[in-house]
Amino acid sequence: MAETTAHHIPKPDREPPGSYVGVRGWIMQNLLSSPLNVFMTLLGIVFLWYSVPPLLNWLIFNATISGDTRDNCIGTGGACWVFVKIRFNQFMYGFYPSEEQWRINLTFAVLFIGMLPLMFWDSKLFRGFRYKRELAVFLLFIFPFLAGFMFYGGVFGMPVVETSQWGGLFLTLIIAITGIVASLPLGVLLALGRRSNMPVIKMLCIGFIELVRAVPLITVLFMASVMIPLFLPEGVNFNKLVRALIAVALFSAAYSAETIRGGLQSIPKGQYEAAASMGLSYWKMMGLVVMPQALKAVIPGIVSGFIGLFKDTTLVLIIGLFDVLNIVRAASQDPKWFGLAVEGYAFTAILFFVFCFGMSQYSIFLEKKLHTGH
Amino acid sequence: MSEQFEAPQTTSQVASSITNEVVIQMLDVNKWYGRFHVLKDINLTVMRGERIVVCGPSGSGKSTLIRCINRLEEHQEGDIIVDGVTLNDDIRNLDAIRQEVGMVFQSFNLFPHLTVLQNCTLAPIWVKKMPKGEAEEIAMKFLTRVRIPEQADKYPGQLSGGQQQRVAIARSLCMNPNVMLFDEPTSALDPEMISEVLDTMVDLAAEGMTMIVVTHEMGFANKVADRVIFMDRGEIVEQAPPQEFFNNPKSDRTKLFLSQILSH
Ligand SMILES: Nc1ncnc2c1ncn2[C@@H]1O[C@H](COP(=O)(O)OP(=O)(O)O)[C@@H](O)[C@H]1O
Ligand SMILES: [Mg+2]
Repeated sequence: MAETTAHHIPKPDREPPGSYVGVRGWIMQNLLSSPLNVFMTLLGIVFLWYSVPPLLNWLIFNATISGDTRDNCIGTGGACWVFVKIRFNQFMYGFYPSEEQWRINLTFAVLFIGMLPLMFWDSKLFRGFRYKRELAVFLLFIFPFLAGFMFYGGVFGMPVVETSQWGGLFLTLIIAITGIVASLPLGVLLALGRRSNMPVIKMLCIGFIELVRAVPLITVLFMASVMIPLFLPEGVNFNKLVRALIAVALFSAAYSAETIRGGLQSIPKGQYEAAASMGLSYWKMMGLVVMPQALKAVIPGIVSGFIGLFKDTTLVLIIGLFDVLNIVRAASQDPKWFGLAVEGYAFTAILFFVFCFGMSQYSIFLEKKLHTGH
Repeated sequence: MSEQFEAPQTTSQVASSITNEVVIQMLDVNKWYGRFHVLKDINLTVMRGERIVVCGPSGSGKSTLIRCINRLEEHQEGDIIVDGVTLNDDIRNLDAIRQEVGMVFQSFNLFPHLTVLQNCTLAPIWVKKMPKGEAEEIAMKFLTRVRIPEQADKYPGQLSGGQQQRVAIARSLCMNPNVMLFDEPTSALDPEMISEVLDTMVDLAAEGMTMIVVTHEMGFANKVADRVIFMDRGEIVEQAPPQEFFNNPKSDRTKLFLSQILSH
């Protein structure tokens, strides 16, 4: 028998055909791949042609920003940003006295700088920073009180600024950040409670979640503002802003809880068993093994919730708080600026877009960073 | 009628390390899932250093049996005593036993959000309160022993099934357990990866680890087991040293089972 072994020579790799790569490939595949696609592409071009130039003309090219009354804007056919420019300080800070506004600026600057190493923990700049845990503890548990003192005053010679004077973007951010920060831990606890084996805890959590989710936020705010004082004893005055903050936090916690519960359900039983078989207690198992995975799985949902919450803060106008939208609305009713509501709302829309888009981009960044498998 | 089975090929028998010290004792253990009687009057004594292979048809209660030993499942009647500690509702006993008993699962159950090294150091750091440096040193020792130290900084999702299962074994060993339970550790693996995991387990057996292994790898049973246990419908039907078990099965249920898994 002849001993022959066939020697296999592997085929060399070839470049893919031109219509699959490069700019041409992208256009062919994404814009012109079928008659319907060609039609949709043309339709899109026509739509952009008729919508973008007029919009840019109004927003930028024909707009007015110099001057300080609405008379500067007459007959231009563009936006009158003079209104926004003159009222800008009020849109940002509400009725907070201008000589005290440094307190807000400083506090938010500290918050912003403090959050950077935590948000971008993995970047070159912050990788060597060793005190991330301490920083997180400080920001979560100590900073809120410091911020409260800074904003309200009455200590270290800083004059008191009543919360009724707080407003604008400043107030919007306070409500949104409080809601976001409080809703995550509360949501985690509620989600765990709802899956608990202890019937009383389980029923309480289900009851709370379902009740809050069944009621519109506007009702919760209204109740917090009008109903709660009825139940409180005479003379006990509970700050309106604090009530709104609590209402927003509890409201968003109920939604976060359901999102997080979805994440918990996606964790296979084997993860619990592996953790338990190594001797991890319930809280360690949840904190070290289950929750990190569950939260990671629901980042898009959680951030959607935060974005919704951020926009829902505008509902505080129902209880007479002047968040940025409400203050813009009020300003545009000023006879001096009559007829310029569109500019005010356009400005607010851009402002909200910046924050919400920022959150959404960060969530995408976070998902990529935390992706650990194939 | 006596049937002849072709006993699995043995290469080299791993020397027995069995002692006369009892480490696990199950006394008249009964367990139900709802009304379904899944374990029936289980009596089992395991000596320190003993290697036991458990086999039997699917659904016969093998997993349930070994999961009762570290109380991933609760039994309703009888006593289970591990290292002198009786399993009951006392949470301190439970913690003590789970640190003594390591478990390896069919589906690996590595923590996908942690690196291989972090998987191995998690329990030593958080349960045994070991300093991080020491835990990492020990983890690297066991990762070297299962022959994948170079994968320490990868995530489980980046490893093959065989590598993941070896990490799972190393992770259990990092807790320095007295007993290792294996629940079909090679059943989820592609055929070419089975041997790398079995080799690791043979090494472990050679070091004298007490092992209870649920598996249908009869070659492995023949090589390392001191005793093979056959379960059917929640009962221990037969137990014997591998030679006797394969060559002279007593019950007809064992014979039927062996003929099914050995002649394909
Ligand atoms: N959590 C459970 N609830 C109800 N029945 C179960 C549960 N786990 C296993 N069983 C049943 O118990 C029997 C034994 O299961 P198991 O111990 O996993 O068998 P084996 O590992 O031998 O295949 C099977 O019939 C299975 O369907
Ligand atoms: Mg099983």
